[in-house]
Amino acid sequence: MRKDKVFKIVLLLSGFLIVALLSGIFLSLVFSSIPSIKEFGINFLFSKDWDPVNNKFGALPFIIGTLLTSVISLLISIPFSLSISIFLSEILKNKLISNIFQTFVELIAGIPSVIVGLWGLFILAPFMRTLQSKLGIQPIGVGIFTASIILSIMIIPYSASIGKEVISMVPIEVKEGAISLGATEFETLKSVTLPFSFNGIFAGFLLSFGRAFGETMAVTMVIGNSNKIPESIFSAGQTMASLIANEFTEATTKLYTSSLIEIGLILFIVSILINILGRLIIRRFSF
Amino acid sequence: MNEKTIKRRIFNNKLYKIFVFLFSFLSIIPLFLIIYFVLIRGIKYINLKFIFSMPKPMGEIGGGIFNAIVGSFIIVGVAALIAIPIGIIVGVFLSEYKEKKYTEIVKILVDTLQGIPSIVIGIIAYLWIVKPLRQFSAISGSIALSFIMLPLVIKSTEEVLNLVPVEIKEAAYALGAPYHRIVLKILLPSGSVGILTGTLIGISRILGETAPLLFTAFGNQFLNLNLLKPMNTIPYLIYVYATSPYKDWHNQAFAASTILIIIVLSINLFGRFMEKKWKM
Amino acid sequence: MENVILKIINLNAYYGSQKVLKNVNLEIYENRVTTILGPSGCGKTTLIRCINRLHELSPGARIEGQILLKGEDLYQIEPMIVRQKIGMVFQKPNPFPTMTIYDNVIAGYILSGIKLSKEEKDKIVEESLIKSGLWDEVKESLFKKGTFLSGGQQQRLCIARALAMKPEILLLDEPTSALDPVATSIIEELIIELKKSVTTVLVTHNIGQAGRVSDYTAFFYLGELIEFGKTTEMFTVPKSKKTEEYLIGKIG
Repeated sequence: MRKDKVFKIVLLLSGFLIVALLSGIFLSLVFSSIPSIKEFGINFLFSKDWDPVNNKFGALPFIIGTLLTSVISLLISIPFSLSISIFLSEILKNKLISNIFQTFVELIAGIPSVIVGLWGLFILAPFMRTLQSKLGIQPIGVGIFTASIILSIMIIPYSASIGKEVISMVPIEVKEGAISLGATEFETLKSVTLPFSFNGIFAGFLLSFGRAFGETMAVTMVIGNSNKIPESIFSAGQTMASLIANEFTEATTKLYTSSLIEIGLILFIVSILINILGRLIIRRFSF
Repeated sequence: MNEKTIKRRIFNNKLYKIFVFLFSFLSIIPLFLIIYFVLIRGIKYINLKFIFSMPKPMGEIGGGIFNAIVGSFIIVGVAALIAIPIGIIVGVFLSEYKEKKYTEIVKILVDTLQGIPSIVIGIIAYLWIVKPLRQFSAISGSIALSFIMLPLVIKSTEEVLNLVPVEIKEAAYALGAPYHRIVLKILLPSGSVGILTGTLIGISRILGETAPLLFTAFGNQFLNLNLLKPMNTIPYLIYVYATSPYKDWHNQAFAASTILIIIVLSINLFGRFMEKKWKM
Repeated sequence: MENVILKIINLNAYYGSQKVLKNVNLEIYENRVTTILGPSGCGKTTLIRCINRLHELSPGARIEGQILLKGEDLYQIEPMIVRQKIGMVFQKPNPFPTMTIYDNVIAGYILSGIKLSKEEKDKIVEESLIKSGLWDEVKESLFKKGTFLSGGQQQRLCIARALAMKPEILLLDEPTSALDPVATSIIEELIIELKKSVTTVLVTHNIGQAGRVSDYTAFFYLGELIEFGKTTEMFTVPKSKKTEEYLIGKIG
């Protein structure tokens, strides 16, 4: 039937559209980064001079800023996220309360990033300022640490819901095997349940890390926007994403824009790598 | 196996439960803190004048966010118009052609698209639309947002279609129906709730997105209905006002955030509620 | 001369409002194999789960009555201690997939955080695997994960794991129903051998198995203990009509 033939071709082409889209994104980013790549080469990643005036650009401060905020926020989120996963799958038995609680957790991910940033800028940052002056640190309020706290709040739902799914899938026979040997719930969790779900939990944290890595608005509003390598975690800093957000519309020269796009390319590549890694881990997950 | 260690193990067990309980509840506190503080500071500035009047020039007190509200509607609406049909078609493709190698690749690419930071999507829309047109435009913002919404529609569609029992398709084939009619008249209607929830969740997501609009739709002091020109949106306005030095603009940012957060969370909750119905 | 090691007194077990065991009174003799026999739904699995206090983990589950191990009321002490004294093997073999065979055998000690020296551990692992008849087959691969073992071997690993805790009583919940006939007969021989060192309570619906391995049989129907006696006597001259009907296949 001709109509069917056309229909099926449309379906197959739609798949191709996605391939074309992703290829196009990659190629565009590479192509537009070429001026910057040609000019700075691999040193782009290791140079700390971000100097629009002299048209010299190095991405190191932002790579460091991004790594710092992503890693610190991930570390902060781990105990909270694990607790939620365990709470929802092992401890809370009432289905209704469990659903409500899970909804609250996932709603955090639904708050627009710019609003989280607003809260961070006007409520968290002043709080951090008071805290910092009490601790004798320079009371700027914003900075790497504040941004990390904001990020950790935002990324918890991702690893928490994956963790909960994975832990719920541990077969009851395996857990009863441990209990029948006289283990407490904690001991069963530690020695049997968590090792069993380790891959999935790890993949969940990887996903959270990926989210933190590329998050823009909330970070931009509380990181302090300083293009130097941060001296401490309480200093102001800049991430790759916040840099682009701040300076893209101000980029006056072709090289300037190209360098910013090259930073976007780095973000793109890293997000792909994290995605691939996460899939590999999940694939090796089943027992 | 002595008495002392038994006591300690029971104690550790209790401790573990307290720890998990405590940290779980601490985790959801930020949700309430954020909603509370935004609402508390924003609600008093919301009135009909705020919603329906235009922004005042920089530095002047007063004014409203009407152009941003209209702009958000238009840009999100156009983005949805782009993302929904394409998303459904790709979703049908992924569901109907499962197990094929090509399909697996497309699936991975859809996931990849979902993982791309939204600021990078903004760069792409800038390169593909803003640069050639030589100006910021609402349409470039819509296209950026459609890239973000697309994976959400695709995934919901694919998931819901996978749930349609094979027997139903077989019954349609047995009646001699042509393939395209089976998809359009049987498959898609059965999956309509799932497609709808994917759409709703996608819309609630892009309503709040700012990064991709920073250098595509940009912003506009005036009301603009022309897709080829820059257009103001609520999240963009919030960002500009919040990071400005004007106290009045800060208050307006809170007020706009109150409106935005209520709309976004309501759509999100509604979409989630409907999702539970078909994911059963 | 039979020694009573476990005494079940007026036991009633509930899931919520549903009574699944009704006024059970039963004595288990030391170093004998006692079979809990009956059709599905008669409460036999619930009974042994009451003995090792696994029953109470189900939502809404509770009991009335007493279970005394050597005179000690099992419901007056910590459930963990009860479970360390009473071992259980499940219907579906459930070795811990993330642990090696070696660690699986001593899992009871690992889970409880009990520290043993390497010599102690080696000794327990070897003894338990010899007792469960698995030693020769796995002694070269002790540090591999147990997932490559066949169903029957996995089940013997679970038996070794339970035996490693040196329990007073070993509970076997339909241990061969998921296994092939060859594996089944290996385990049946094992059960007969094991009773010299540990009292065994076997749950099964398989009359042939009960006849082959057990000294005593308790026949249950719809939550009630219908008849208890020496297996050979009960199977040839059952006292209750229900027992007779079950044995000839009329019910269940």
